[in-house]
Amino acid sequence: MIQLRKAILAAACAVGLSLAATPSFSQTTLKAVMHSDLKILDPIWTTAYIVRNHGYMIYDTLLAQDETGAIKPQMLEKYEVSADGKTYALTLRDGLLWHDGKPVTPEDCIASIKRWGARDSMGQKMMSFVDTMTPNDARTFTIQLKEPTGLVLLGLSKPSSNVPFMMPKRVAETDPTKQIEDFTGSGPFVFAKDEWKPGDKTVYLKFDKYKPRSEPASGMAGGKVAKIDRIEWLAVSDQQQAVNALQKGEIDFLEQPSIDLLGTLKKDASITIVESPQAKLQYVFRPNHLHKPFDNPKIRQALWYAFNQEDFLMAAVGDPAYIKECKALFICGSTFGSVKGTDDVLTSNMKKAQELLKEAGYDGTPVVLMHSTDLKALTNLAPVAKSLMEKAGFKVDMQSMDWQTLVARRTKKDAPSAGGWNAFLTSWVTADVMNPVSTAYLNSSCEKALFGWPCDETMEKLRDQFARESDPAKQKVIAEAVQARNMEITAEIPVGEYLQPLAMRKNVKGLLIAPAPVFWNIEITK
Amino acid sequence: MIGYILRRLLQTIPVMLVVAIFIFLMLRLTPSDPAAIIAGDNANADQVAQIRRQLGLDLPMLQQFVIWIGKVLTGDLGESFFFKKTVAALVGERIEPTLSLAFFTIMIAVLVAVPLGVLAAHRQGTWIDRLVMGFSVLGFSLPVFVIGYLLIYVFAIWLNWLPVQGYQHISQGVGGWAQRLILPSLTLSVIYIALIARMTRASLLEVLSEDYIRTARAKGQIERKVLFRHALRNAAVPIVTVIGLGIALLIGGVVVTESLFTIPGLGRLTVDAVLARDYPTIQAVILLFSFVYVMINLAVDLIYTLLDPRIRY
Repeated sequence: MIQLRKAILAAACAVGLSLAATPSFSQTTLKAVMHSDLKILDPIWTTAYIVRNHGYMIYDTLLAQDETGAIKPQMLEKYEVSADGKTYALTLRDGLLWHDGKPVTPEDCIASIKRWGARDSMGQKMMSFVDTMTPNDARTFTIQLKEPTGLVLLGLSKPSSNVPFMMPKRVAETDPTKQIEDFTGSGPFVFAKDEWKPGDKTVYLKFDKYKPRSEPASGMAGGKVAKIDRIEWLAVSDQQQAVNALQKGEIDFLEQPSIDLLGTLKKDASITIVESPQAKLQYVFRPNHLHKPFDNPKIRQALWYAFNQEDFLMAAVGDPAYIKECKALFICGSTFGSVKGTDDVLTSNMKKAQELLKEAGYDGTPVVLMHSTDLKALTNLAPVAKSLMEKAGFKVDMQSMDWQTLVARRTKKDAPSAGGWNAFLTSWVTADVMNPVSTAYLNSSCEKALFGWPCDETMEKLRDQFARESDPAKQKVIAEAVQARNMEITAEIPVGEYLQPLAMRKNVKGLLIAPAPVFWNIEITK
Repeated sequence: MIGYILRRLLQTIPVMLVVAIFIFLMLRLTPSDPAAIIAGDNANADQVAQIRRQLGLDLPMLQQFVIWIGKVLTGDLGESFFFKKTVAALVGERIEPTLSLAFFTIMIAVLVAVPLGVLAAHRQGTWIDRLVMGFSVLGFSLPVFVIGYLLIYVFAIWLNWLPVQGYQHISQGVGGWAQRLILPSLTLSVIYIALIARMTRASLLEVLSEDYIRTARAKGQIERKVLFRHALRNAAVPIVTVIGLGIALLIGGVVVTESLFTIPGLGRLTVDAVLARDYPTIQAVILLFSFVYVMINLAVDLIYTLLDPRIRY
């Protein structure tokens, strides 16, 4: 018995000592539920938004766009453009370090730009103008162009997938078709690879040696000051449970609460709903130009008259507070957003649609419309499209499937009767569709275009013109011409915009208005 | 006995082979393409084809199967298409939560269901019997996610006694581990309580009408001894069968519960892998489930010999 007492006393002392030894400071941890679990870690290899968000945690960019869309130096101290617009002299900020403690060099940046340029559609376009990229000294390098283009600044400050993140040379030299296996970045947080458990959680730790800019943070630009020691992204797949966890304080941050659950959150005094104007998405209808009936431009044009945006938005989102009817291809209110020439379309003018179908000689070939059923934001779009198309006189064969099956099927060029397809609907984050070059579905280079494979020389010439132009006023004129051309060839049809709010605990402060959720500048108050 | 065990173990080989062929074909014949999923929205056909080549999905199906089965035979379950980890490592990470959940669930189910079934049989035809059987019908009828949401609302949100979701590894503290398993285990155990209670009642009623029970009572044995020593032991074979089946079904049936309560177990891994068309992971997990199923059946057969000396292999 005496021995037992001694043992208990010893254990109590040990506990007491261990408590006494606990440091007086406490580590701040923020727990977030993102829109998806992180499974892939290479933001250049894939365009998935969750991987882009991961990229912003651990990597940095040479240039960045602020809250207003203005392009600002980020890793760069400065950049200078020669009078002829063909030489860009870039100077890195002093003291930039990789997470392994080595300095960031121009060689690292050149290799990173090359890898990004091999994967990203805007990067590919930009690289077609690049003659050479050469390091000058430990902090400066030069990009020499074959001819002037506005794409260098636009591309290197691209805010959404694929973002030109800078990586160490040894990592950036990875074959662009293969995923990287070294996750050393130079951003404000370090990826804790040992703690990464796909399907469970992803952990980021503050990078103490990160040197933020002195300017205040704005959008993706300015000082990236990490104010939280540890950030955990938890994989909660059930939306209701994510909301319950947020209300109970088990998590602090919910990136994309379901809009039908916002009512519950709004009634909770401990929760803040953030409606960032940059967290907007655009719904689009994508026809397949390879097969009947959409191989006929006039039949595709009938769609512009059959559709109206209100029906799509109300069916898919439902809450008028979060939707916006906007016929601009490049997003209403943005630099290149314009509604010029769109008055007559997207008004469900069925008479006009029927006339066009008659003129085109539509023979009743059924439209195989792929209907994604498992992503709530997309589920109700295809039934609306079917209904409106049928009213216009189309015969529609709507085929339901999960999103991943749709993603696989849309890459098939086979005839719709042999496993191919005619149309589907999806959504884009507005940051991805802000101009004619970044809007992937406008690529009309036939076989090289994305699924749907539009083939139009005029459109490609206009996109090239936009790429060559560096005067914003002239770029705007070209963007309007691209929009008009799209209404003729129907590479895609915008069927409305909606806002995706974000929810967080009231004690989480400092969230930036940005096209992607970023965690620098955020702090947790008592 | 050892000969029997060896024979049964050998019998698992063709079973596993059939499962392997079936799951392999099922995945390849479904209209999906992991390469397209991995490539993302902006990828063109060439990029998708490139990824398909890297993953070996462009090879003839037979060749893919031979490569895979060859690796499995050497203990290599392959590498996940998405997670950039070996499937063995992924499964290893996920086993503890699933086993914990299964263990808690079966414990609750057996500890609640067997006494309830005995009570219902003992009080056959009374309101107690009807109450137990009514609960049993309800347990069978309510979907797992409805029970889960109800329990979450009452115990986590309204009473604020338990966490809403999440899992804590046992190495981080037994208290937190157990606390996070209570709600999911209760949720999952309802259907097993219903199943085992019904089986216990039915089995016991059959035994209670036997002559030796009447003899035991005539000898003046107290009712508790009659029920638990004489009746329950002889009624145990079908009950153990149901519990064994329950454990086997649990291993594969934790999918909804793990998703609902955000438990990073094998069930969630399966769902994630299926949604992402992660062939190596799906194949490995299904093979594992099948193996566990076969082994539990073997274990149940061996337990019979302990419960009933007449059974010999």
